[in-house]
Order: sequence, then C-alpha cells, then structure tokens
Amino acid sequence: MGLTGLEIFKQLPKTNTGDCGFPTCLAFAMALAAGKTSLEKCPHVSEEAKEALGAAAAPPIRLVKVGTGDTAVELGDETELFRHDKRFYHPTAIAVLISDTEDVAARVKDFGELEFDRVGLHFVTDMVALKNASGDAAKFKAAAEAVAAGTKRPMVLISEDVAAMEAAATAVAAGKPLLYAATGENYEAMTALAARLGCPLAVKGNGLADLSDLVEKVVKLGHKDLVLDSGSRDTSQVLADLTQIRRLAVKKRYRPFGYPAMAFTSKDDPFAEVVQAGVYLSKYAGLVVMKASKKEELLPLLSWRQNLFTDPQKPIQVEPKAVAVGEVTPDSPVYITTNFSLTYYIVEGEVESSKIPAWIVPVNTDGISVLTAWAAGKLTGEAINKALKKDDMESKVNHKTLVLPGYVAVLSGSTEEATGWKVMVGPREASGIPKFAKANFA
Amino acid sequence: MAFTPVKDKYRSKVGEVTLGATREQGGTRAYTITVGGEATLPFLHFEGEIPNRPVVALEVWDVAPADWNPCFEPFYGDVYNNPAAWAKKCVEEFGADLVVLRLRGADPDVKDASPEDCAKVVKDVLAAVGCPLVVLGCGKAEKDNQIMPAVAEAAAGENLLLGVAEQENYKSLTAACMVHKHNIIAQSPIDINICKQLNILITEMNLPPNRIVIDPTIAALGYGLEYGYSIMERARNGALGGDSMLAMPMIGNVGYEVWRVKEANASAAEYPGWGEQEARGILWEATTAMALLQAGMDIVVMRHPKAAGLIKQNIDELMVKTSYEG
Repeated sequence: MGLTGLEIFKQLPKTNTGDCGFPTCLAFAMALAAGKTSLEKCPHVSEEAKEALGAAAAPPIRLVKVGTGDTAVELGDETELFRHDKRFYHPTAIAVLISDTEDVAARVKDFGELEFDRVGLHFVTDMVALKNASGDAAKFKAAAEAVAAGTKRPMVLISEDVAAMEAAATAVAAGKPLLYAATGENYEAMTALAARLGCPLAVKGNGLADLSDLVEKVVKLGHKDLVLDSGSRDTSQVLADLTQIRRLAVKKRYRPFGYPAMAFTSKDDPFAEVVQAGVYLSKYAGLVVMKASKKEELLPLLSWRQNLFTDPQKPIQVEPKAVAVGEVTPDSPVYITTNFSLTYYIVEGEVESSKIPAWIVPVNTDGISVLTAWAAGKLTGEAINKALKKDDMESKVNHKTLVLPGYVAVLSGSTEEATGWKVMVGPREASGIPKFAKANFA
Repeated sequence: MAFTPVKDKYRSKVGEVTLGATREQGGTRAYTITVGGEATLPFLHFEGEIPNRPVVALEVWDVAPADWNPCFEPFYGDVYNNPAAWAKKCVEEFGADLVVLRLRGADPDVKDASPEDCAKVVKDVLAAVGCPLVVLGCGKAEKDNQIMPAVAEAAAGENLLLGVAEQENYKSLTAACMVHKHNIIAQSPIDINICKQLNILITEMNLPPNRIVIDPTIAALGYGLEYGYSIMERARNGALGGDSMLAMPMIGNVGYEVWRVKEANASAAEYPGWGEQEARGILWEATTAMALLQAGMDIVVMRHPKAAGLIKQNIDELMVKTSYEG
C-alpha cells in the first residue's frame, strides 16, 4: 500500500523552496512516504499532483476536529506506536458522560469546574458526552440546548436513534458536536445527517472486522470526519482493539482505520473507571468517554495525559528570570534552581508552602534538572554568577547569601568564588524546603 | 479491503524469575511466585503468550514511619511497630501477592539497626507470612553492604529478592545472592545503557540472568513518570527484540515515590482546586501503577491498600485473553 518516496517526489515541484519545513523536495517526499508529514505543508503542489498522490500522501490517521473556536478539540493525526520513537501529538480528549434524564444544567455547571492548575500548566476536561437515556427526542434536544447554554466546550451526542439525533444535533449543530454513532442498522441516515450538518461522526462496529466494513460504507457515502469505536467494552479487548487500529493505520496505512479511535469506560466505581480510562489513554484512544466527574478523580488522569503527550526530545522550560514568591523584602532568601519547568515549579510550590517569601533564581540550563545540569557542566559557579548578575539580585536584596540545591553542594566553593556570595546548602529534595526555610529564615 | 490483524513477530521473550522457595525446595514459603516470561508487549494476548500475571506487593517497614500521611493510620496504625504483624495484614487483609520489607531502620540517621537486628526482622516476617519476600536496604550503600549479607545468610534457602544493586555498588550484594541463592534487584537511574551495563556486570560475576529483576527507577505521576514509562517500553521492546541483557522482569517502587509528592498528600483545604486528599492520593498511586503496567512492569510495589486493590482488579481484567481468530 502507499507510494514510495521517489514516486511521490516525481509529483512534487522539485523547487526546494523549503517552505514545507524540509530542506529539499526529496526530503519532504521521503517524510510523506513515511507518514511523518502531510501534503498540505507544501504550498506549491499542483492540483493534479494532489489528486494523484491522494490517499498515499494523507497522514496515517486523519485529524478530526470536534467543536469550534478556542475550545475545539483535535483528535488523531498521530504517527507513532511509542512516544520514544518521536512523540504523540494530540492529547486524548476526555468527555464526561451526562444523561438527558439528569439535571443537565446542574451537571454542566459542575463540569465547568473540572479545570486544574498544576506545575504552571492548566488542564481542562475537554467535552460533555450527552446520552439520550430517556429515549425521548424532545428531551434529548432540550438537554443538548442546556449543555450548549452551559459550556462552550464541545459535545458528543449519544443516540443510535436517528430521529432523536436529528432533533438534538440540528439544534446545536453550530457547535460541531460529534454524533455517536453510525451503526450497521442506521448508518445511511446517520451519515446523511452528519454530512448535512457538517458534524464529525462516530462509527460503532461490532468488533474490528465489522467496524472496517462499516467505515468503508460510510466513506462511500462521502463522509470522512470519523471517529472509530470497535464496540468492545472489556478492558483487555478494548486495549487489543485500540492497538490494532493504531498499528493498522500507522504501519500498514490501512485506510478504513485511518481515523482517531474512541473508548468508553464500563466500570461503575469511579476509581476503577479512572484506572480503566488510563489504560485507554495510554494506548491510543483519541477520546475516552467516562462517568467519573470529581476533581480528585480527573486530576490524576489529566496529569498522566500531560506527561504522556510531552515531547521526549524537548524538556519544558521556564524563562530563566528571577521570580519573587510572596511579598518579598530586601531580607528575603534567594534560592537557586534550574529552568527545567518541572524542577522550577516543584521548587516554587515548596517555597510557597513554606510561607516565607523568597526569590527563586532559575539558572538557564537549557531546561535540564539540577543533577543532570551539574553533570553536563551547565550548572556551575559561573552560570549562577551570570544569573545573579542578569537579574541584578544585588539590588533586590540587602544580603549576599544564596541557597544552593543540596544535590550540588559540591559547587559551594566554586560558587562562592565566582559570585562573591555566601552559599548555604539547601535540602536535596524540594520537599525539604519548608522545614529548611522555617529553621533558617523564620 | 478486509481487516487482517497485525501480529508482530518477536525474536525473543522476557526471561522468567521465580521468587520464594517451598519446603521441598529448601525454604519455608507456602507458595512461589514466577514473574516475566512475556512473549509480547503488555497484555497483547492476541500475538503472544503471557504466562505469568504481574504481581502487586505491599510495602512494610522495619520501623514505624515518621512521616506517612495520616490516611494510612486506619490501615497500618496498629501494626506500625510490628513488621511481622504488618506483613501478615498486608497479605491476609489487603490481598498483597507478596511483601516488600524496607529496612529503613538500618539508616544511621534513623535507628542505625545492626545487621543482626535486620536479619531478625527478616526472619520474623518470614515466620509471619507464607508469601515470597523482597528485602530492600536503607539506601545508604555503606550500611547496606553490612546488613544485606547478614540478611542473605539468615534467610538462606528462602530464595528472596534482595535490593538494590547499583552500578557503583553491586559486588557485595551479588556475592551475597550467589552464596545464599537469592535473586537481585539491579537498579539503574532512568538510563537504559546503565541498566544493560549493570546486568552485564552482575552476570559476569556468574549470577545467572534468571535471578535478576530490573528496577529502571521510576518517578511519580507528574514528576517525570513519562521518563520511567519510556525506559520500560524501550527495555521491553529490547527484550522482545533479542537483547538478553534487557530481558529481565521489571519492578517499580510506586507507593514509595507517589506518597512523597504533594498531589498525594496535600489537604483539600490547602488546594481546593484538586479535590479530596485521600481519594486523590489513592488515584495518584493507582494511575502511576496503571501506566507502568502498560509499559511492562512485572512487580508493582504499592502502599495504599485501596490503590493496590484497584491495580489487582486492573491486572485481572487485562489478563483476560484476546484473540482475533475465528
């Protein structure tokens, strides 16, 4: 399946403009063949070439957008089985399930609270999944309108009854909800509805072979913004199905599975549900629908999502600039750390909880942690001196004492020499800061 | 187009390690536990054999922990000062597959327990439970080199899992495992090359690969969990690809890492945006364990009984066979 790099190259302009982000057309063609980029990145490609390259140049997994504006969620467009091979791009969306038999307005209000701040990052719960549990079309429509009124975040509308779906989806079509689902029984009408409203459509199979057939039928009807559900609900089988869908799309360029996949939790206990959802999030679901809706239940899951979808090649950095934590005075202590964001925010959190205002000076180590930076020669007395000078710390405090991370106590001498400041060796772990601060600065 | 499942072919599989020894085998354990042996990636039953399920261990200390979250009090408060009773509770009440005994009290800054004291605690715990036992030192190399040989000798025949060996300090523990026939934990600092190198060094001392368990070092969720996750995934891929020096089962100290972080411990009053503390801590631990199981961990060392229960249930579900035949 698919074309070779050279076959693709023949269709490209061969002008080597570099506008696609690759140095040459040949390099771009090779990347296309490997599924690592998409043809749209080339602004110069001819219409004929686009046609000719067609499916071969399409990304292995289509990018599907649900919702509109700032809160729209992008699913799919992944290229890897393992994050260490490159990275994962589009974090698994989490949808909280609400039934149209509940107090929808109240549930949506609570849903709005499911946003979190942690280590300088903001995590959101992405979508509301509204289920037509009542079986009543009017009720479903009214509930969809209540969700739309209560949140700008996108919706998954859940009903296999085309009439009910039509009533609800038409009312909230402007928000581009995901319609769930086209099945073997209803796919013609459901696909026509999704196409008419311009909404993405979930396709629910009865196992993978059935799903594959059904996707081909839906695509023949002209709709391509699809999300796949194998129909399995048992943890082990869902893991297997999600793995097959990802492998077939990425390794075999199997077109019927070239769409993001979704999964539903089946557990009633919210704790067990979080663990189950975590499995699907780890292994390839683009969207997980779950019932758990408390802060303490979603925060761990969203934190794992953040971890998993970081770029393994690029440590996240903070600006290497002195930060005042709390109401600092000229007597406030000065803590040295690095600009690796995880390190920095852990230190900041602990300084904050020490309740003793202080300066934190993150030395520019290209975003690596204290010990690694020390080993790499990036955290040195000279580097600390540069950071102190750059932020003009001498004018901000009336003392010349700095706190060095305990793990690099060995830098004490060279730091005192380079900076002219006195060194206090702090705790090894940031968690020791509150105790350390109380003992020394209270 | 028709759907044909992709079944990857692997050159090799993970080696098996058996922990514990029954009376017939020269020990006193009621049963043994075998880990490893996977011929595919985690829980992908459709393409390869997974002969042994991952196991869940609970952590027991030889001294009452001074700084554990108060939420552990209702579970362990009555046994904090009695490691044998504590271990028994972990197995009988909380369903642990095995027990990890951490000799925290040997630390010169804690209680500076002597090698004889440590050996006695190990014997007491062995007498109290029938499960295989893992014993960890206090983490200070110099002291561990004194206590671990004494522990190995006192428990000769029990086929313990002893830890940890590190690149800079592996000889003494390896020798103790050789002489008294125990298994070893080879710990590397989130570095696959050191992981491999350490296994080579240990096997060069003639401890066979089927007596080694890898601890690639893990961090808690939110504190670099993804690094350990990727190292485990790479090690497991390496094992299946035929690299015999990565083909050992893996262990992770999940509870120990998780219950050091703020997200597990901070009260809802301190962080109202994060929800209720104990539930959050349990799920912080369970989520960390869940992720590492997906990366190939075989022995999950946990702390909160409810988190351990959730993970046992998750393993049960993931061990359900899948197939795309017929």
